[in-house]
Amino acid sequence: MFEFNKSHKEIQKAARDFAKGEFDKTYTLELEEKRKFPDKIWGKAADLGFIGIQFDEKYSGGSLGIFEAALIAEEFCRIDSTMGMALTLCASGSEAVYRFAENDLKEKFLSKICEGEMRCAIAFSESDHGLDLSSINTSAVIKGDKLVINGEKAHVTDIGAKGFYLVLCKTDPTNDSPEKYLSMVLVEADNKNIFLEDSGEKFSLNMMKSAGLTFKDVKMPISNIVGKEGKGFHQLENFLNEMRIITAAQALGTAQGALDRAVEYIKQREQFNRKIAKFQIIQHKIADMATKVELARLITYKAAYLFDEGRIETALISMAKMTAARAAVEVADEAIQLFGGYGYMKESEVERFFRDAKMAELKFGNRAAQQDIIGRAVIGKIKRKRK
Amino acid sequence: MDILKFTQEHDAFRKRLKTFLAKEVTPNVDQWEKDHIVPRKIWQEFGKAGFLCTSISGEYGGIGGNFLYSVIVSEEISYTVHSGLAVGLHSDVVVPYIDSFGSQDQKAKYLPGCVSGDIITAIAMTEPDAGSDLSAMTTTAVEDGESIIINGSKTFISNGINCDLVVLAAADPAVGNRHEAISLYLLEADTPGFKRGKQLDKMGWNSQDTAELFFSDCCIPKTNRLGDPGAGFIQLMIKLQQERLVCAMGAVFAAERIMEFVIDYCKKTMISGKPLTRSQAVQFAIVEMTTQVKLGKTFMEKLCVDHMEGKNIVIDTSMAKYWTTDMVNEIAERSMDLCGESALLESNPIARAKRDVRVMSIFAGTNEIMKGISAKFMGL
Repeated sequence: MFEFNKSHKEIQKAARDFAKGEFDKTYTLELEEKRKFPDKIWGKAADLGFIGIQFDEKYSGGSLGIFEAALIAEEFCRIDSTMGMALTLCASGSEAVYRFAENDLKEKFLSKICEGEMRCAIAFSESDHGLDLSSINTSAVIKGDKLVINGEKAHVTDIGAKGFYLVLCKTDPTNDSPEKYLSMVLVEADNKNIFLEDSGEKFSLNMMKSAGLTFKDVKMPISNIVGKEGKGFHQLENFLNEMRIITAAQALGTAQGALDRAVEYIKQREQFNRKIAKFQIIQHKIADMATKVELARLITYKAAYLFDEGRIETALISMAKMTAARAAVEVADEAIQLFGGYGYMKESEVERFFRDAKMAELKFGNRAAQQDIIGRAVIGKIKRKRK
Repeated sequence: MDILKFTQEHDAFRKRLKTFLAKEVTPNVDQWEKDHIVPRKIWQEFGKAGFLCTSISGEYGGIGGNFLYSVIVSEEISYTVHSGLAVGLHSDVVVPYIDSFGSQDQKAKYLPGCVSGDIITAIAMTEPDAGSDLSAMTTTAVEDGESIIINGSKTFISNGINCDLVVLAAADPAVGNRHEAISLYLLEADTPGFKRGKQLDKMGWNSQDTAELFFSDCCIPKTNRLGDPGAGFIQLMIKLQQERLVCAMGAVFAAERIMEFVIDYCKKTMISGKPLTRSQAVQFAIVEMTTQVKLGKTFMEKLCVDHMEGKNIVIDTSMAKYWTTDMVNEIAERSMDLCGESALLESNPIARAKRDVRVMSIFAGTNEIMKGISAKFMGL
């Protein structure tokens, strides 16, 4: 089922070669310390077509699918989870513009995303805990031909770049159903009425700064509504599906990268007069890690493949995200253990892979959120008891 | 029923310690985490206030307290949510080597400073190529008349930058049997040829000055050997029981702190207008996690009693070390899950807690080594 075609193989190889050539752990650690985005590497990645590969050629995309985007995320994260996450998250939100927006908006922004002139970030959540639709209070009120946006968003990731935010707003405050009042709005980042409050140091991915955003009478053209007004709720599910596939792929690469490093280490580390790879318990740990990676790969590829076929299965996508992220967390955690004291040192990389894996598990819905989605889908309708 | 019987003296000690930590430690922790070290001054203040080396007898300035004082210090330190001021390591792991195996002269020379906090100690066993397998150590100690010449290097040494005195494990290259070659030495930090290497950048324990140590023709008096030549391995085996128990205590108390925080978080955090604790999944998770902590605590406290009774509990302490440190890691991770994305911000204490507890299943003998020891002593 998952025999790669020529194009897949080429993309995979290109992504791997690029990452091996450009990523460097010392540089990653430096950027993490300084909380600085890898501008140069991002520019090169965009030049080579790794950003927005699933977008149409007329927007400078690759006219390929989410499967190819997933392959890039996997390969990048395998070589360096942090760099991989940064480069495959820095266009987050543009997917919604591509899928749902009118042509004018796409033409204005997507080429710039693909060409590395702009980045974008998702501004949905208003609570520290995560996305809770009932808490959305940011409003986008139509006044003449303008939208006036007011409200606060929590911990938006990737701040400070030229580009835009994809902001989930209430466009119809008179309606009380999120299925009707929510809209996605493209808000250009260089607006003096947007105020940032730095979220400070993070558990992982410090090279992408996070901040709370406050919108105070931010004016945008009405045409900046992504797609139709009031369709935000339905767009959200589709958009999150796409983001979860990418997250699964990032996690898959992170898991594979941690496994690669662990295998390499145990084959050179000697204790008790033999390579530790000779110990049965170490071999079994590696066996479990490799099995988890393989399962993560199967389900991630399946979800991506079906998405491109137009068969978007929300439950399967949630399963993929949940499974791949869990695999990444467990495999990276075991990698730290196999490295022993050295695994706890930043220099070893695997502790950073673990922290990145945990981020993949928590963003776009933690495990419980995916379980809610999967459970509902699998169980289906439940008949009410007859009175 | 309380397994540990604390007396009024213990309670008064705890109260004083709590006040001290709240005033002198907790407010400074964030700064120390940034500095990647704690100031020497806090060791001295902690010692002068009578909280260091509580087991050391009055003769050397201590209070000659039982092991319950160590339990109290471990528990109270856990409220400060940091690992830089590694007093458990100093009081309950390193200094006992001097107290148990030192000569009268060694004790008189070093113990008062250890108690007062003027002497900060470190223990140097691990080497780049000798971690789990201590017998592979290559640091050498060669007798030369009345002196001993030390050469080699150690790594992952806690208190490595602040330490004034190192309890050092080194092997005599002339002795064929590796286990009989190792002796422990007391090495003062101003000994020529001793150098502190770079401070190590770690996943957690950011306020702890973990470092590499280098010894290049370090000349120390022969009288600075602890006990008989070649006794090092046995001395380590004897003292590792308490070290593992100290690890189990740290793990259980850290887990308790994490649970207190996460339960409070889940009660206060609203989702869709209801507190998180209304979610059945959240309730079950909290119940399961709390059960694990209670099991770990009961086991650990029982072993504290056995330890105070002088029992040989090498199997049980090895099991407790691996089980409780795995447990606290699982608790920290599941707490991150409960906190959701907010756990990804360092402003959420769970983020630091997870980074800090990860090392527990590695240090003081990895959990794999703990299982190996248990298997061996169970006759498997």
